[in-house]
Amino acid sequence: MGKVKKRWIALYVENEVGVLAKVSGLFSAKAYNLQSLTVGRTEHDDISRMTISVESDDITFEQIKKQLNRMVEVIKVVDLTDIPIHMKELLFAKIKQIGFEEKAEAYQIAQTFGIQVIDHDRDCVILESTLTERRNDELCVLLRRTFKHIDIVRGGSVAIEGVSTSCR
Amino acid sequence: MDITGKKLIVKALTEEGVDTVFAYPGGMITDILDELTKAPNIHLVLARHEQALIHEAEGYARATGKTAVCLVTSGPGATNTITGIADAHYDSIPLLVITGQVAKALIGNDAFQEVDIVGMTRNITKYSVTVNDRKELGRRLKMGFHIARTGKPGPVLIDIPKDIQLKNGDPEYPKEVHIRGYKPNESVHIGQLKKGYKLLKSAKRPIIIAGGGVKISKANDLLTQFAKKMNIPVATTIMGKGAFPEDDPLYIGNCGMHGRYAANMAIGNCDVLFSIGTRFNDRITGDLNEFAPKAKIIHVDVDTASISRNVVVDVPVVSDATLALEKLVEWAEEMNTEKWLREIYAWENENPLGMRRDKGMTPQMIMEGINKTFEKAFITTDVGQHQMWATQYIKLTKDREMITSGGLGTMGFGFPAAVGAAIALKEENKDVVCITGDGGFQMNMQEMATAINEGRSNITVCIINNKYLGMVRQFQQVFYGKRYIATDLKTPEGACVPEGSYVPDFVKWAESYGAKGIRVTEEKDIEEALKKAKANKKTPTVIEFVVSSEEIVLPMVKGGTAMTEMILK
Repeated sequence: MGKVKKRWIALYVENEVGVLAKVSGLFSAKAYNLQSLTVGRTEHDDISRMTISVESDDITFEQIKKQLNRMVEVIKVVDLTDIPIHMKELLFAKIKQIGFEEKAEAYQIAQTFGIQVIDHDRDCVILESTLTERRNDELCVLLRRTFKHIDIVRGGSVAIEGVSTSCR
Repeated sequence: MDITGKKLIVKALTEEGVDTVFAYPGGMITDILDELTKAPNIHLVLARHEQALIHEAEGYARATGKTAVCLVTSGPGATNTITGIADAHYDSIPLLVITGQVAKALIGNDAFQEVDIVGMTRNITKYSVTVNDRKELGRRLKMGFHIARTGKPGPVLIDIPKDIQLKNGDPEYPKEVHIRGYKPNESVHIGQLKKGYKLLKSAKRPIIIAGGGVKISKANDLLTQFAKKMNIPVATTIMGKGAFPEDDPLYIGNCGMHGRYAANMAIGNCDVLFSIGTRFNDRITGDLNEFAPKAKIIHVDVDTASISRNVVVDVPVVSDATLALEKLVEWAEEMNTEKWLREIYAWENENPLGMRRDKGMTPQMIMEGINKTFEKAFITTDVGQHQMWATQYIKLTKDREMITSGGLGTMGFGFPAAVGAAIALKEENKDVVCITGDGGFQMNMQEMATAINEGRSNITVCIINNKYLGMVRQFQQVFYGKRYIATDLKTPEGACVPEGSYVPDFVKWAESYGAKGIRVTEEKDIEEALKKAKANKKTPTVIEFVVSSEEIVLPMVKGGTAMTEMILK
């Protein structure tokens, strides 16, 4: 069966009404374990590209790719799981009701992770991160452990095939 | 000069050579219907319910091999088609379903008779789309016809808002269409097929399973040549029944839940399994771990997603059945399978199909009567016990075909499908026999009006009336300690008519439509009734065969267990 692990797909689709619903509907209808899905237009106005992650075994993953491939609106399926890619996720974290010491800690965390503090008030800061999903996961763990009042907004990963390097 | 959307729709139908449209009117398609009054070459069939309308179109599509066109209104008209569309999707029947939709400006307003039918049918169609722009209308319709009939056929739904129907635009209906995301497989990977052939050739105990894909691809003769040249026994799925001549000694019957003992034993003991045009659903495989446990498996299917989904195969071949079999027939060499065949025949002798003959009229006798009386016929079945008896005992030939709701198992399919087939076979006036149960028939029996109005005297309905929803009763009898609930169709205490009677009286009911009604309760009257029905060239005939409630379909396999562990008695 192959082991259950996280896998990635890039999907070129027609930029049309209902296509997102159709693709996401496949995952719910067939009980596939969808982890994240992002979508945006490509260099062609009439083509969108989705970055999808699922957790599955080999057989299910093959089936997912086949099912996606046979959708009329799907133009191309690219398996990103084992190829060089660059993948990043946008994350915002609003840290609220903090005093001077905690604020200093927020800045230190930002520095450690190499991310930006993009907004600031007397008792509040906003961090902006474009790291890999895994690094953002680690950031979230740390933020939750350190601060009481936080809002976290994550955008899901986008990925592009690498040229000579890889970062995922 | 620009033309309206509705004119373009009718133009599209005309240019596609559509001569029959199954329709049910409503507010959002009255303009299209009005336009159809100007197209005298298109015959309009008015059904009595949209679900039945789709089944009629399915029967028509199966009988003609053409894409059947359906036209219904928005809202309930559209939602009523859903069961039929799902049925067509499962059984790969090409349909183009046009639904009217409220005007674009009203979409999302909870307008009268507005539903998101495209959203509802997204995963039961090959393609479904709302035409949002008059400019797209021609292309969408062309896409619909193209997608419905190519590759693995199936239903397509095109939803057309009222304003698009009325808007002026491009008068041209495209001659062809290019769809960048849709490339049905039109070739066969020779290397892969050769690998499969070599594996098959090396077998000591080979077997072929033929599914509905063989029939859809019209590859029956090729399959027959191939199997006979190689001396390989052939089992069929229910959808594949008829793909191989049933009187041939190599035919070992249907496999699966109610298949033949010999066929299931052969699959359980084969060393190479060559399957073509089947998706290996659970009714065929039972417990997947116990399915063909000793076999290497070759799987030919036009749909990549059907391969290695349920059963992991050793040699996958993505191909249309005809393309693959053309090559295989070319390569085929004689094999010595005599010993293996003797083993299979021994299983058959051990547990042949057959009901006891000492307890009145059995369903088997009725099926035999149909075989005898209707040499040339198009047979439809409903879903349930009678369906399994039909698949067990009806003998299919070149002139006697059968369609059934195999995938979705839709009760209410049989009779409207028969009406649709009878319309398709009007010219040759071929007999259409609907084998149905008292439960399933009542789900769509209103279509008698359609049959009568269409002048379809070539329909014989055989209701196997056991006064129960028999298949579920059978489960209750065998697996639930005979606790019968919600399956008894006889009148209970407190009903408006005396307890223990049966409503309706199918004979009187048929007569109320102007059809002929016959009731048969004894074996000796079976043939005479069938002959009368066949001879009746004025109206459809309904024969009610009153049979015992106790008869169950045997052999059977409990869901989820091994196919070789059949319950035989």
